Amino acid sequence: MVEGYTQTCVRINLTTGEIKKETLSQDFCKQYIGGYGFVTKILWDECPKGADAFDPRNPFVMAIGPFPGTIVPTSSKYCVGAKSPLTRRIGFAISSGSCGAQMRRAGIDLIILTGKAPEPVFIFFDDDAINIIPCKDTLWGKDIWTVEEEIRNMYGDHRISVMGIGQAGENLAKLACITNDRARQAGRTGLGAVMGSKNVKAMAFRGTKSIKVAKPKEFMEKAKELIQLANGKDTLKYRDLGTPINVMKFNDLGVLPVKNFQTGYWDKADAISGETMDEKWVVKKTGCSQCPIACDHLCATKPDDPDYPNVVSSVDYESIYALGSVCLIDHFPAIIKMVEMCDKYGIDTMTGGTTLGFAIEAYEKGYITKEMLGDNPVYKNGLQWGDYKAVVQLIEDICFRSTPAGDLLADGSRDAAKKLGGDAWKFSCEIKGMGIPGYELKGLTTASIGFAVSLRGACHLRNGSYGYDMKKKFDRKKYDELDKRGQALAGQDAFMAIIDSLVVCKFTRGIYHRGLPEIAEVYEMVTGIPMTGEEIELAGHRIHDLAKCFNIRECQVEGVEPMSEDSLPWRNFHEPNLDGPTKGWYNDEKGFWEGIKQYYLARGWDERGYPKEETLKTRGLDFVIGKI
Amino acid sequence: MIMSMKANNTPKTEKNSSIDTSAIMHKILVVDPARCTGCEICESVCGMVHDDVFNPMNSRIHRVRIEPVINSSISCVSCYDPDCVKACPLSAITKNLETGILEVDQNKCDGCGACMRACSFGAITVHTKNKKAIMCDMCSSTIYGEPQCVEYCPKGAIFIEEIDPNVNEDRLETLRKILERGFPQPPEGEILN
Repeated sequence: MVEGYTQTCVRINLTTGEIKKETLSQDFCKQYIGGYGFVTKILWDECPKGADAFDPRNPFVMAIGPFPGTIVPTSSKYCVGAKSPLTRRIGFAISSGSCGAQMRRAGIDLIILTGKAPEPVFIFFDDDAINIIPCKDTLWGKDIWTVEEEIRNMYGDHRISVMGIGQAGENLAKLACITNDRARQAGRTGLGAVMGSKNVKAMAFRGTKSIKVAKPKEFMEKAKELIQLANGKDTLKYRDLGTPINVMKFNDLGVLPVKNFQTGYWDKADAISGETMDEKWVVKKTGCSQCPIACDHLCATKPDDPDYPNVVSSVDYESIYALGSVCLIDHFPAIIKMVEMCDKYGIDTMTGGTTLGFAIEAYEKGYITKEMLGDNPVYKNGLQWGDYKAVVQLIEDICFRSTPAGDLLADGSRDAAKKLGGDAWKFSCEIKGMGIPGYELKGLTTASIGFAVSLRGACHLRNGSYGYDMKKKFDRKKYDELDKRGQALAGQDAFMAIIDSLVVCKFTRGIYHRGLPEIAEVYEMVTGIPMTGEEIELAGHRIHDLAKCFNIRECQVEGVEPMSEDSLPWRNFHEPNLDGPTKGWYNDEKGFWEGIKQYYLARGWDERGYPKEETLKTRGLDFVIGKI
Repeated sequence: MIMSMKANNTPKTEKNSSIDTSAIMHKILVVDPARCTGCEICESVCGMVHDDVFNPMNSRIHRVRIEPVINSSISCVSCYDPDCVKACPLSAITKNLETGILEVDQNKCDGCGACMRACSFGAITVHTKNKKAIMCDMCSSTIYGEPQCVEYCPKGAIFIEEIDPNVNEDRLETLRKILERGFPQPPEGEILN
């Protein structure tokens, strides 16, 4: 008897309205764990080769792991996936809040949406009842904060969890995210636009079912220990100043992305630092369901703020660097406002911010003209570095595609650069189309490899590569010890894939002091499915390699060499940092590519990044052989 | 009215040795909204220790979110003259005068929900499975005997308050006094929230 999992998969054909329930086998649950693993397997099996991301046949998948509904710290998480409109490769994103737990209580592990609803709808999973409800006149066109509130009011139940898209998703902005519980986003890879392309505004969950665990007594003792650890020194950073503590740390190291990644240091960084934020702007810290950490630093503008009074939003480091230092904006109330707009209208603050940085530079270099910005008086000086009023307006223009510039930028900097032509692509700072997280890669060699090989586009969460540079395990200026770096990253790939499949929060990755064997024990206590450290590690490698194979398959259809995508922006190789501790640093192209090669080999792939046949066999991916 | 307070993370207050008040005091749970993050762990734990399954629907402590900033949890406050007792058409609920805990006669209760409607604190619900009224029993019915939500709360936000059973006071007033008085601060350097 399996506990934890409900083993229920719901398939909805939106075109016909047909709803089917299937049973997931115990073997499938063990092999792919949940979350990211489930998403990857479904996309490999069911996403037609080379299909456009907005093709109705592109499945939109939502999956949880074995833990939601229990008190495993930070377990109320979900993963969504589809072929990404932003990267045209595997798209997946993870969010927290209350949705994961409510989905489990409603008795569902996996949801697969295909087709396209004939009119805008939202889907209500009310325990066993699943209703597809037209919402053209009620919810469509509204921001997601309002939608969440209205769906709860429709049923008079504040416990209902809602995940959905804002106007940006409706407008198929490739930057679009999915928002739930106001402040939590499945932000990356543009999956909000996939929901929009299917005419699905939101999915709501209400579950009243009980959740058993296989070994309740042992589990409760273990959970108590983990909850205490999750509130101990391992997570102190996230509870204290939160991730914004990085601003000054990174600035001192010269790796804070500044001015659209032109350099790694900013003399005004203090205005947007974690210390300043804590002192002046944080009003309360809140937590997701089942989270002992409570990292959500809610910041509020003052009631008498001349521009943006009484705005409350949840601000973290990744939003601060992207909307702040990348655009040279040091006015914190504007950052609070920008985060609020991104969350409400529904775009990823990270790729959103890097696209804004690109836009300002494109304006400076004459690619974007004043006419394209529209006739709003806020653009009287055009689009200048640090002009927060203009940038705030531009976010709205992007989400609503209301001006030529907004329309252009809504698809991210890579697509925009292509349309602008000339040398615009040289300062589009993304990898595979997705904006680079808050790490200036010219000052971080291991991270430059780790971000480049990330399967969903530039990402710091795929292999924790920056940690090796920051903690001085490797020399962050040189490309040396590349075989060791490759091995370290290859191991981290599996670990992160496990964390994302379980799905638990990366902030609790440090509380399992005995590593994978301990995680496997908790898995077994909850599910009753026997699991060892080696088995779960193998599952992590399996999931990561299958996602890689998905990308290779898409590359082959397009006639693109997969390795050519595991690269860095032009700027990283050719324009050294302008000032600060990493002044003059850049990524050495030869060393970088050697690093990429060593990483491939460490993963059991060949020099072009194709998993070798024996690797696929040992990882239980025989079904891929001959398909790529 | 409020005599003393015990918290899981604070040293016990010195007691006057000549008077032992613990025997006659009633205990209730009060949550510090400044520390509560709305994580719902108390609800999950409550369900588990009473029913061996996780289900916040059958929790006896209830997380309330006052969006977007303030969270708090609330459970039975052991009213002086409880409305639930008066509302029950079957006289199934009694207040244990020694402990202050509300007790439900499992043979009498038919799950009609009259108590639920009468409780001004939303502290009583009807169990979704066995259809009997449930409210906080300070874990007296469990193998633990002590409130487990207090044990598990990661922020140490749930406090056991002692109230004088002989004083007839509206519990809103009691809670107001407790919240105004405030709660002991966590030890220096320990960032709970």
